[in-house]
Amino acid sequence: MTDNVDNGVNVEALLAAREAVSETPAAAQFKWRASCEWVKGTHSHSSVEGYFGLGDEQKHKREFSFDADHPETFAAEDNGATPVEYVLVGLASCLTAGVASVAQNRDIQLKSVTATLEGDMDIQGILGADADVRNGFSGIKVTYQIDADASPEDIEALVAQSQKRSAVYDIITNPTNVAVEVK
Amino acid sequence: MVIGAGHCGLAMSRSLAGYGIDHVVLERGDVANSWRTERWDSLRLLTPNWQSQLPGHAYAGDDPDGYMAAPEVVAFIQSYADAIAAPVQCGTTVRSVRRSQHGYVVDTDRGRWHCRCVVLASGACNLPALPRAAAELPADIESVTALAYRNPDDVPPGGVLVVGASATGLQIAEELERSGRPVTLAVGEHVRMPRTYRGRDIQWWMARTGLLDERYDQVDDIVRARNVPSPQLVGTADRATLDLNALTGIGARLVGRLMGFRDGKAQFSGSLRNVCTLADLKMNRLLNGIDEWAADNGLADDDAGVRGPKTVVPADPSLGFDLRAEGIRSVVWATGYRPDYSWLHVPVLDRKGRIRHDGGVVTNAPGMAVLGLTFLRRRKSSFIHGAGDDAEDLAAHLAGHLGIGAARAAQAG
Repeated sequence: MTDNVDNGVNVEALLAAREAVSETPAAAQFKWRASCEWVKGTHSHSSVEGYFGLGDEQKHKREFSFDADHPETFAAEDNGATPVEYVLVGLASCLTAGVASVAQNRDIQLKSVTATLEGDMDIQGILGADADVRNGFSGIKVTYQIDADASPEDIEALVAQSQKRSAVYDIITNPTNVAVEVK
Repeated sequence: MVIGAGHCGLAMSRSLAGYGIDHVVLERGDVANSWRTERWDSLRLLTPNWQSQLPGHAYAGDDPDGYMAAPEVVAFIQSYADAIAAPVQCGTTVRSVRRSQHGYVVDTDRGRWHCRCVVLASGACNLPALPRAAAELPADIESVTALAYRNPDDVPPGGVLVVGASATGLQIAEELERSGRPVTLAVGEHVRMPRTYRGRDIQWWMARTGLLDERYDQVDDIVRARNVPSPQLVGTADRATLDLNALTGIGARLVGRLMGFRDGKAQFSGSLRNVCTLADLKMNRLLNGIDEWAADNGLADDDAGVRGPKTVVPADPSLGFDLRAEGIRSVVWATGYRPDYSWLHVPVLDRKGRIRHDGGVVTNAPGMAVLGLTFLRRRKSSFIHGAGDDAEDLAAHLAGHLGIGAARAAQAG
């Protein structure tokens, strides 16, 4: 590995982690958690702090919190991003973290990485106006602009590899069982 | 004791004989059994005839650029067994291999053997590797594994979902589509490769550039290298390239990786575009490497490298549909193969049922070796022509284990 490439990613630690979890698969079992409290109308307040991993309870450095609401177009008060925008944020930040990690691993110095995302949605679904229209995005478009010491093909490969290893990309492209219970 | 008289077991037999090691090759059926009984009718080798080589034995026909059909492979391997007078005991099925005080006990349907060394050359493709989703397939949809498939008549008329886009899936999808059965092909990660490049077979380039000889202890990540799917190739008289564009060109429909079935509906991943991009980029890296090698080796004047267009991905690939409503009557599983070690009662398998080994030397089982697995010692390990070097290396290891030293090796050399 060349010393002068630094995207701020500790690739050695990530590779060591991969080695470690393939030897003790139990350590690879994580649980991510979030909690959410209704405020008023479509406004809610969510937070994340603790999670489980490496065989033990873990904590973020501090609690992170997020306000979600809907804009005035939806006759709401717009106290925060809409939940579907949080999904776009999740996808963008996951893919971008992947781009940086893969670039580090491939000795590619990044200068700037910008992603813009668009999720298409026909709101007839969520309004119950047309049963044939799904609630969620009909498609998502992600556009990257990347300035790096690499050929266009190598940059394209970075972005492709990042999708291959992305949790949120997988969550969005593949079905997941969701169990919602009321206590 | 060598288990399996395919090309690997026979190459090992020849190498063991070179060291003067007494041995027997047990074979459940006849020599090259799986080529006699477990291949679909139209299959031809993915390697050209000139590449069909075993130690001291090469293709001698008049079509070096052709590709052998299964009966020709059988004849080739049988002629090798005859030429080296391998001590093969046919019609002997191994029931169990256990440790003993001095080595191993091998129980067969025709009696018990004691041996100090055992070589597993029973093949890497004994069983279909099915995804979990296969168990959820609605009962009225016919399920056919690639291992059981022989020709389109094995599949009911009507639509068919082919799962898997490596060589097996593409070849079967193509002949099913041509038989008039509308094919939907579920595509996960795959390796795209042209049949010919710059006027030569891709295997020629892979061999000449040294890729096929790359060793397991030289690559960055051997786990990843062993998991790479087999390339999309087919061996035909016109040396045609079989890729996803060729399939969509004859009318097949592409969808993403099959994720499962729910309420009779098949669900496909939304990742089709990315797996196709990954494959296109990877193919171009391979071809760039070939161009560089050609330039460095004075071959720059031969045919220019013409590359196929990017994989055409439908703008809005289906994410799922009701199989019946879509007219799909059957699913063909071309999702890979795995070895059968159900008879191997020695604790050498990892939690995923794969054998633990270091370049074919089985871990924690002195005197046990395995052959013929993907990238066992070299990238060519799973090819017919890859067996010779691996067998020679592992025979040397076993000779060492048996205390047959360098003197003998020097004689043999």
